[in-house]
Amino acid sequence: MNDAGQLADGIRTVLREHARLAIDPDGLDDQADLYQAGLTSHASVNLMLALEDRFEIEFPERMLRRGAFSSIAAIRSAIEELTGVDA
Amino acid sequence: MTAVTGRDLATLAQKIGAEVVAAAADRVDRDARFPAEAFAALRAERFLAAMVPEEFGGGGHSLSEIATVCQTLGRYCASTGMIYAMHQIQVACLIRHSRTSPFFQRFLHRLAEQELLLGSATTELGIGGDVRTSLCAVERQGDRFRLTKQAPVISYGLESDAILVTARRASDAASSDQVIVLLNKDDYRLTQTSGWDALGMRGTCSLGFTLEAEASVDQIVPQPYGEISSHTMLPTSHLLWASLWLGIASDAVARGRAFVRAEARRKPGTVPPSATRLADVVADLHAMRATVHNGLAEYERVMHDGDELSSLGFALRMNNIKVLASRAVADIVTAALGVTGIAGYKADSKFSLGRHLRDAHGASLMIANDRILAANAAMLLVQKDD
Ligand SMILES: Cc1cc2nc3c(=O)[nH]c(=O)nc-3n(C[C@H](O)[C@H](O)[C@H](O)COP(=O)(O)OP(=O)(O)OC[C@H]3O[C@@H](n4cnc5c(N)ncnc54)[C@H](O)[C@@H]3O)c2cc1C
Repeated sequence: MNDAGQLADGIRTVLREHARLAIDPDGLDDQADLYQAGLTSHASVNLMLALEDRFEIEFPERMLRRGAFSSIAAIRSAIEELTGVDA
Repeated sequence: MTAVTGRDLATLAQKIGAEVVAAAADRVDRDARFPAEAFAALRAERFLAAMVPEEFGGGGHSLSEIATVCQTLGRYCASTGMIYAMHQIQVACLIRHSRTSPFFQRFLHRLAEQELLLGSATTELGIGGDVRTSLCAVERQGDRFRLTKQAPVISYGLESDAILVTARRASDAASSDQVIVLLNKDDYRLTQTSGWDALGMRGTCSLGFTLEAEASVDQIVPQPYGEISSHTMLPTSHLLWASLWLGIASDAVARGRAFVRAEARRKPGTVPPSATRLADVVADLHAMRATVHNGLAEYERVMHDGDELSSLGFALRMNNIKVLASRAVADIVTAALGVTGIAGYKADSKFSLGRHLRDAHGASLMIANDRILAANAAMLLVQKDD
């Protein structure tokens, strides 16, 4: 499995544990809208914290936007940008 | 229609306030009835469509100009100011989020032509003020849908020409996956479930209802409610509510000033002791005004910047305006009572502050400050700077 795939799996694990979605993240497409899948604004904060912890990053102010956490793909590109990993 | 400038609008609001709204305010409060004469006067001068863009036949006024109207109306009758504010919040959501849809384009034309009054049903039984969660759902059947909502408060529900209602997108959608639908009076039936014999804001007639509706799927606002909420409904609500609260506070202080002037005239050459208290409360009023105006200026600056509007920092600042202004209005009216003394405590005096005090206490409950601060507390866990 490539890096991007591993990263997406890690994100799915965090989603399963912290995002309190209405459906299992394994059944979610990378592009699927997480807010439509049941992500609340409150849970999105827990999700950000858990992602920071797991990937040892800090989301800068400019990334603290609804859009940056709206899909697995969006989260992946934010993490890639912060860790300098190329997909 | 001839163009009305922002200044004309403010002058006209002042005239309607002083001549029509003020005269009815005590009876509206006492009888907890809809301020019908105020709204007849506002409709006659096309105030309900004042923010609708000119291309749809409205007045094309800015949010700041509408905020000034809310403040002016709030000075004379807080319920009138609140109803006007709530209507304009719904208008703001439609003009910013539904204009690509032919149904809503036609509706905006009709709103402007007929000066329709829009109500709102976001709060739901069992959920309270958590507006980003719904239990009820849009149940589609072909190109029609049905919707039943247990709404513990729909202000002026009986007087509204149409109501904007939040609901889950579909029967199987998550509780946060919401849409907002526009229901015309003939699309719904309201069955009253509770009355409105409240401490204050009595003229808003915020009765509880079971709302049962059937309508066309075209009436679902195309953009997801999450975006409408963060980009428009929350900031506009906080800013327009805060503006009318500023009106309540300003009038309370004006009554305090009038009282101190009368005292000073009685004993020329001395500064009455109440003048020091007045100086204190005027400082608080100026701080409240600065908070509200600063918030309006910020929102108007970033109004079309979707990225900024969905940032945590912006949400925090708008939430803070609601919390600060709602606290300030209750504190300022209470302090004004300290200025007037018994003259303000009495109901039959021209310095009376009873209605102001009761109306002011609705502010911190209307989307509970505790709830807003809890949301801010969560956001601050990830937010880095201010
Ligand atoms: C004058 C007036 C007019 C209104 N008009 C309308 C209208 O037209 N349409 C409409 O939809 N709504 C309307 N509302 C309702 C309003 O928007 C709020 O939804 C409502 O006031 C909240 O009701 P609540 O206090 O029962 O519920 P809650 O929000 O549940 O709050 C109850 C209490 O519980 C506490 N609490 C609950 N949850 C939390 C939490 N997560 N964190 C911290 N504390 C919490 C709070 O301290 C609060 O005091 C109106 C309200 C008023 C006062």
